[in-house]
Amino acid sequence: MTSTYRYLPDTKQDQEEMLAFLNISSIDELFEDIPAEIQLKGDLNIPKAVSEPLLLKKMNQLASKNKNANHYPTFLGAGTYDHYIPSVVDHMISRSEFYTAYTPYQPEISQGELQAIFEFQTMVCELTGMDVANSSMYDGFTSLAEAASLAVASTRRSKVLVSKAVHPESRAILNTVAEGQGYIVEDVNLTDDETSLVKLQGQIDKNTAAVIVQYPNFFGSIEDLAEIKHIADTKGAMLIVSANPLALALLQAPGKLGADIVVGDMQPLGIPMSFGGPHCGYFAVSKKFMRKIPGRIVGQTTDEKGQRGFVLTLQAREQHIRRDKASSNICSNQALNALASAVCMSALGKQGIRQMAQLNIEKADYMAKSLDKKGFPIINKAPFFNEFVVKLPRPVKEVNTKLLEAGIIGGFDLGTDYDLENQMLLAVTEQRTKEEIDQFIEVLEAAVHG
Amino acid sequence: MVEYNDLIFEISRQGRVGSSLPESDVDQVNINDKLPKHLIRDLPAELPEVSELQLVRHYTALSNKNHGIDNGFYPLGSCTMKYNPKINEDVARLEGFSRIHPYQPTETVQGALEVLYELQEELAVITGMDAVTLQPSAGAQGEWTGLMMVKAYHKQKGEVRTKVLVPDSAHGTNPASASVAGFETITIPSNEHGLVDIEELKKHVNDQTAALMLTNPNTLGLFEKEIVEIAEVVHEAGGLLYYDGANANAILGKSTPGQMGFDIVHLNLHKTFTTPHGGGGPGAGPVGVKEKLIPFLPVPRVEKVNDVYVLDSNQPLSIGRVKGYYGNFGILLRAYTYIRTMGPEGLRQVSEGAVLHANYLRKKLEPYFEAPYSQICKHEFVLSGSRQKKLGVRTLDMAKRLLDFGYHPPTIYFPLNVEECLMIEPTETESKETLDAFADVMIQIAKEVEENPGVVLDAPHTTVIGRLDEVQAARQPILRYTKEEAVKREPVMS
Amino acid sequence: MTKATANLLYSKEHEWVLQLDGNRVRIGISDFAQKQLGDIVFVETPEVDDEVTANESMGTIESVKAVSELYSPVTGTVVTVNEELADAPETINEHPFEAGWLIEVEMSNPEELEALLNEDVYQAYINEGEE
Repeated sequence: MTSTYRYLPDTKQDQEEMLAFLNISSIDELFEDIPAEIQLKGDLNIPKAVSEPLLLKKMNQLASKNKNANHYPTFLGAGTYDHYIPSVVDHMISRSEFYTAYTPYQPEISQGELQAIFEFQTMVCELTGMDVANSSMYDGFTSLAEAASLAVASTRRSKVLVSKAVHPESRAILNTVAEGQGYIVEDVNLTDDETSLVKLQGQIDKNTAAVIVQYPNFFGSIEDLAEIKHIADTKGAMLIVSANPLALALLQAPGKLGADIVVGDMQPLGIPMSFGGPHCGYFAVSKKFMRKIPGRIVGQTTDEKGQRGFVLTLQAREQHIRRDKASSNICSNQALNALASAVCMSALGKQGIRQMAQLNIEKADYMAKSLDKKGFPIINKAPFFNEFVVKLPRPVKEVNTKLLEAGIIGGFDLGTDYDLENQMLLAVTEQRTKEEIDQFIEVLEAAVHG
Repeated sequence: MVEYNDLIFEISRQGRVGSSLPESDVDQVNINDKLPKHLIRDLPAELPEVSELQLVRHYTALSNKNHGIDNGFYPLGSCTMKYNPKINEDVARLEGFSRIHPYQPTETVQGALEVLYELQEELAVITGMDAVTLQPSAGAQGEWTGLMMVKAYHKQKGEVRTKVLVPDSAHGTNPASASVAGFETITIPSNEHGLVDIEELKKHVNDQTAALMLTNPNTLGLFEKEIVEIAEVVHEAGGLLYYDGANANAILGKSTPGQMGFDIVHLNLHKTFTTPHGGGGPGAGPVGVKEKLIPFLPVPRVEKVNDVYVLDSNQPLSIGRVKGYYGNFGILLRAYTYIRTMGPEGLRQVSEGAVLHANYLRKKLEPYFEAPYSQICKHEFVLSGSRQKKLGVRTLDMAKRLLDFGYHPPTIYFPLNVEECLMIEPTETESKETLDAFADVMIQIAKEVEENPGVVLDAPHTTVIGRLDEVQAARQPILRYTKEEAVKREPVMS
Repeated sequence: MTKATANLLYSKEHEWVLQLDGNRVRIGISDFAQKQLGDIVFVETPEVDDEVTANESMGTIESVKAVSELYSPVTGTVVTVNEELADAPETINEHPFEAGWLIEVEMSNPEELEALLNEDVYQAYINEGEE
């Protein structure tokens, strides 16, 4: 009746010895405190156990039902990108001393994790130009909502203005969070492919806690943060910037342009797309907000002999201490993915990350120019990083079907979220070759003219 | 072994690289022609410059200073530090799962959606719920998602209910999540048996009650025997029952929150379903609900229509989105693989093993420590170091002493209602030999406290670093590396 | 110690009040409170010109593993804040009644002082709690 399972070490004899020690005769006696009426009769109605080789076969079969970027060059971006991940990244995060550890609450046996996170925090500060970064958050979208909540709490104002050029999912999550906390979220409309400064000026008031923009924005365009900061300052509102960390290799750091909080997702640097998760949010603030930052944070200190060491610090802000007075309920972070991105940033290095960002700019530029030459107009008026919008003579869905038939995964349909009919958001990373780009355009031409 | 204490920034030398990027095959672009000057980076980000081997040595050295489940026993109460199976890791890395984009047309990701759909169905069975969302990234986000549904549910009925009841033994996230969802928390004291005091509960339940949040077994490892009556009290007043699934490892295949009367459940896949803790994350916190709450589930929902898997965002009563895309897919895959590995009988054996191990260890240790609630426990139990405290040794000291023997200590800062607590959760994946060896060490430490307390007070003795000054860290926070800080340190080093 | 604290009034929330000129008072936390908190790492007080209300939260005080609310013992306008505490919160541990003071307030309702405890009553109140 009893099968054996490789994760369960108890032999019949082990069980008997333990039961004897407890002066009982069966394991069922240990469950007698569960009233009979709520004990489960019979087995859970789920599939039977599968052996390791058969399960691996089944999982491979399921995986092969998906069209993946190794075989289908992808031009999808919109928050998740197909980038080069150095092989060393997965090898390092596969060290089980890292991935089978809990949160480093015992610093003496967690120095590896703590130091790696301290280094990660430093790299995030470097890229964003901010003073303090935490150890990571669930993802870029939830980081943005946490940033808005921080702004509302510390300014004691009750409205945030969010540009419509911020990722639609980010805005959706922000709305859910605001509903819980009871503050107002107002969208700021666009002028072409950028946040409308005129609209922003009209909407901002003394009750505005923060202005939220994305950099580069959802359409790939690079917003002028200096102008937006200027408007935010007129009413004492905070500036929250959601930034693609790869773009920051070449773009001016938001911290230098006056951002109070910078958030985003580390996915472009070392984290696989994985159908949207797990990714890794980051959260950086100016020094003024150091003690208000949500989530866990690592600090440097010394032991009794004066040796340098690292600990989780500023813990008094956290939920397990403050309970219902905590500024955020977040308990876990994405430590392993933060580690992945730290390894990736170290592998790329100071020069490599700039080189990678430059490749993205050039490939996107090449594709946009080529499309334009063939008569497919580019919508972006502002300069863009590795994404841009192209106007098609046919529905995006139709074109994507043709591209898929040719073995290419096409771009993001802006018709659903923005009412921008026949407009496609394309991402061109360093992973896309000239050949793939040219092929995309050929298929596109055939699809619309054929 | 040579001691390695460098930061990656300290081994960096200008000109080294640890990666290999392709040459550009398209026209060059000069960023100065593209962007106004003030939007172009003036100073490069100071990322480290190291070779690939240096990088590998650095992180390998760091990993050697870290203790995971694979290194040794990890009886950290309330965290379910069980073995993290290797096949799960392999599956999550298959290119057909790791290299797919969330916005691909659904017909190109049917395999991924099938996994999500089946996992939803199976977690619903395991919890006795009617539907499950896989979106929340972790337990705390699951709690908040559940509470936002509680809010929407009452609102839909035209009721304003502002209070969430939480027992004093609850996880800190419970009151924090209630607060973030816009509720006021009312704390319910436990009775002398460590269980919810029904009379106290009745005093606080009224037409303001939105929900009661409960873990069962509770954080003391005790099963709330009166759960059916508790559920009745809350339901009669129009409130909902929320199950914090942090302790679900005790009840797999034995009972379900649905049978107990709960309306909403979250599970921590990184606890009960073996996905790795990763040093703090990523995890996943799916939420299950009874039928009456289905309309309020977050969007998008994964559904099956005529044998085709689809994403449905057209749910007018939904609380909206709580997380980007469809949840932490890579983590969900691992949990799916685990459930497939164990099946119904295996999952039942999991809880039986977890509970047997906890009781065995409890009985072995009880003669040496105070046991405030000496009775049959579920998957974990709580002892108190109050006896040792009288001799001048705190639980924290004993925890540090355990490090010398290669064990991760039990949870000691929680639950708040036990003085000098030691919360021990051995899990089902540890062998009897490990439990025996751990018990021997705990007993030895208890004797040391009586005979030679200095060795405990000065612990740890064998770790790479001694006890760290947390006061200094919090008073004068150094939260990042800077060259200036490094220069300041130089004289101290020599 | 007795001498320095002889003129102080106390709240049940463990703040002390020292009457300065006219309606102006200086506020700090008691020696008992700082001992309870342990090593103080950060204090968040209101800013100059902020209004504080008797028995309502006016800030927080943090030790390594605890945060406590600071409750104002009086109602009024903040006129001075002890800036030294930002860099040296340990001063509260070392000299709670002198250099470790928190803020000075111009009271709008001086009668509130009558509700506060004198040193003997406060001492008795603490002893009661410790039994």
